[in-house]
Amino acid sequence: MKRLALSVSAAALVVANAAYAEPKAEVLHWWTSGGEAKSVAVLQKEFADNGGTWTDMPVAGGGGDAAMTALRARVLSGNAPTAVQLKGPAIQEWYEEGVLADISSVAEAEGWADVLPASIAAHMKCEGSWCAAPVNVHRVDWIWANADVLEANGIEMPTTWEDFNAAADKLQAAGIIPLAHGGQAWQDATVFEAVALGILGPDGFRKAFVDLDEATLTSPEMVAVFDQMRKMRGYVDPNFPGRDWNLATAMVMNGEAAFQIMGDWAKGEFLAAGKAPGEDFLCASVPGEGFLYNVDSFAMFDVDGDDNKAGQELLAKLIVGPSFQKVFNLNKGSIPARTDVALDEFDSCAELSAADMQASSDGGSLLPSYAHGMALRGAQSGAITDVVTQHFNSDMSSEEAVKQLAAAVANSL
Amino acid sequence: MSKWIEDHLPKVVLAPSFIAVLVFVYGFLIWTAWVSLTRSRLLPKYDIEGVIQYKRLFAAPRWDVAMNNLFLFGALFIVISMVLGLLLAILLDQNIRTEGAIRTIYLYPMALSMIVTGTAWKWILNPGLGIEAMVRSWGFENFRFDWLVNPDMAIYTIVLAAIWQSSGFVMALFLAGLRSVDTEIIRAAQVDGIPTWRVYSAIIIPSMAPIFLSAFIVLAHLAIKSFDLVIALTGGGPGFATDLPATYMYAMAFSRGDIGQAASSAMIMMGVVFTIVVPYLYSELRAKND
Repeated sequence: MKRLALSVSAAALVVANAAYAEPKAEVLHWWTSGGEAKSVAVLQKEFADNGGTWTDMPVAGGGGDAAMTALRARVLSGNAPTAVQLKGPAIQEWYEEGVLADISSVAEAEGWADVLPASIAAHMKCEGSWCAAPVNVHRVDWIWANADVLEANGIEMPTTWEDFNAAADKLQAAGIIPLAHGGQAWQDATVFEAVALGILGPDGFRKAFVDLDEATLTSPEMVAVFDQMRKMRGYVDPNFPGRDWNLATAMVMNGEAAFQIMGDWAKGEFLAAGKAPGEDFLCASVPGEGFLYNVDSFAMFDVDGDDNKAGQELLAKLIVGPSFQKVFNLNKGSIPARTDVALDEFDSCAELSAADMQASSDGGSLLPSYAHGMALRGAQSGAITDVVTQHFNSDMSSEEAVKQLAAAVANSL
Repeated sequence: MSKWIEDHLPKVVLAPSFIAVLVFVYGFLIWTAWVSLTRSRLLPKYDIEGVIQYKRLFAAPRWDVAMNNLFLFGALFIVISMVLGLLLAILLDQNIRTEGAIRTIYLYPMALSMIVTGTAWKWILNPGLGIEAMVRSWGFENFRFDWLVNPDMAIYTIVLAAIWQSSGFVMALFLAGLRSVDTEIIRAAQVDGIPTWRVYSAIIIPSMAPIFLSAFIVLAHLAIKSFDLVIALTGGGPGFATDLPATYMYAMAFSRGDIGQAASSAMIMMGVVFTIVVPYLYSELRAKND
């Protein structure tokens, strides 16, 4: 009897040990520069405050390419990190390799389904179970403008592409570069998808860049999108190839150029230079209806050991928790993924972004950004970008571009 | 025992590097060939699916551009580097006083990494910062030199930077070749009153054939594996106008999660190297057997 009691209490001890395993997490990410590094430190601190041990694994370089190479090596050697900065369809791609964990218990306990917009929540699920936690929402379809330049030339923020063209022609005549742009493939794609959203509309955009519907890809509307891109090419200064996006932002800041089409990370540049939204620079969604999002998230990988599993659950809980969502996004310039965070401390652009996200989520026009790897897998989005950037940088006709677009998409499947 | 060691020492010493080459060169070559026949995306898969990746590769306009660029870049780079290198070597060979200093100056670009060369030329060729801006500031308002940002001309900026980097090295090779030509023959020719240009074209240059071959092989493999220069100078742009097979392969493998496609492009690159190197090896081996 005594022996039985002993073994029962020993078993209880083991169970208790398991339940109180110290949470541990190894986190692979590529947030290594200024504001981004500061944002990760916020998460690191919160994790430590809740009794966890954080092992940082930052891999800089190549917009995440280097980190993905490191991840591939770790997964192939059977030693995946606890959580990895991944986004969009890449989460599903890794799930199909059978290496992601199921964190549904945390998600259900925390009621993620109620606080996240449905289309963003869909990215975080792998065949019905939750496998990733969203960190923020970047809006991609922003148009930024220099307030003084617009005022001096009597121009309002454009609400249609015709308005934009008229404003750009006027600016060009006044000797101002209408559109600040950097000629790198992803920036060409960013402008392209903003134009496509305006001209195709939310439904057309979804058909073209989420469903890859051939009829939409070759439709007359798509020809019109490329026509507008040809116009945009004329509004860019001749010195644009290879320019980094933040240099283009600087051109808007110092009045050399009037507009820039770029995601809300550009706001960080304005703010860092001491410019005030609404006074020195203006932000508006690009002409047309809809909201293109770029959501950063952490995917949870299958790990062994109770301490690692506990760390994973704690991490997931903290990431989606309201306090982290607020502090992190104040640092990063994006908006919280959950819709119930008070926005008092955010600036007017972020408030506009949050209001538009809610409205477009209700109206069914909250859409994933193709240029930033939210809508399609790498091979498909890369194939589209190849055509877009080649059209933008040559004298290819819009009809030819549309033909090549359909061929490239078919070839990438 | 010591006899055994004496007999086998060379083999024992060579064994580790032999095994390393066997695994890391030929082993991975076979692995890549295998993967190029699969539908691998993010991670390698091993179910053979036939030549689907090669079909995709040859249907991609970007690969066409990359291959055309390789042949254009390779041909111009090799020919101009050799002509320029030979010319510099002949000029240096005229017993001039400061030869040592000049030789060092011309050879110096070789000491730089391609990334440095590419970045420096990017600034020099940038129309808003470099040559064009400078000449315009002198008052020639209509001066244009915008190759770097012109999709049709950008590939020539890569040729320019690569030649700047390598022609000094080719010069050194040729200079060594010129010095190794038997001076007796040259003297005899001079005694016979043959003009200097004839001495070079009929005697010295033909006797340097092996040097030409080595220079060609070195430059050809530099051209095929060119990657860092493109990344630093143009990033493959404008658009993908300056893509080379190596940058295409990198984009597929590391940015787009399309490993099968990357493997098939690697196999084609290897095929190109083989078509250049195999005739060379063949001629070398035949020469030895004779």
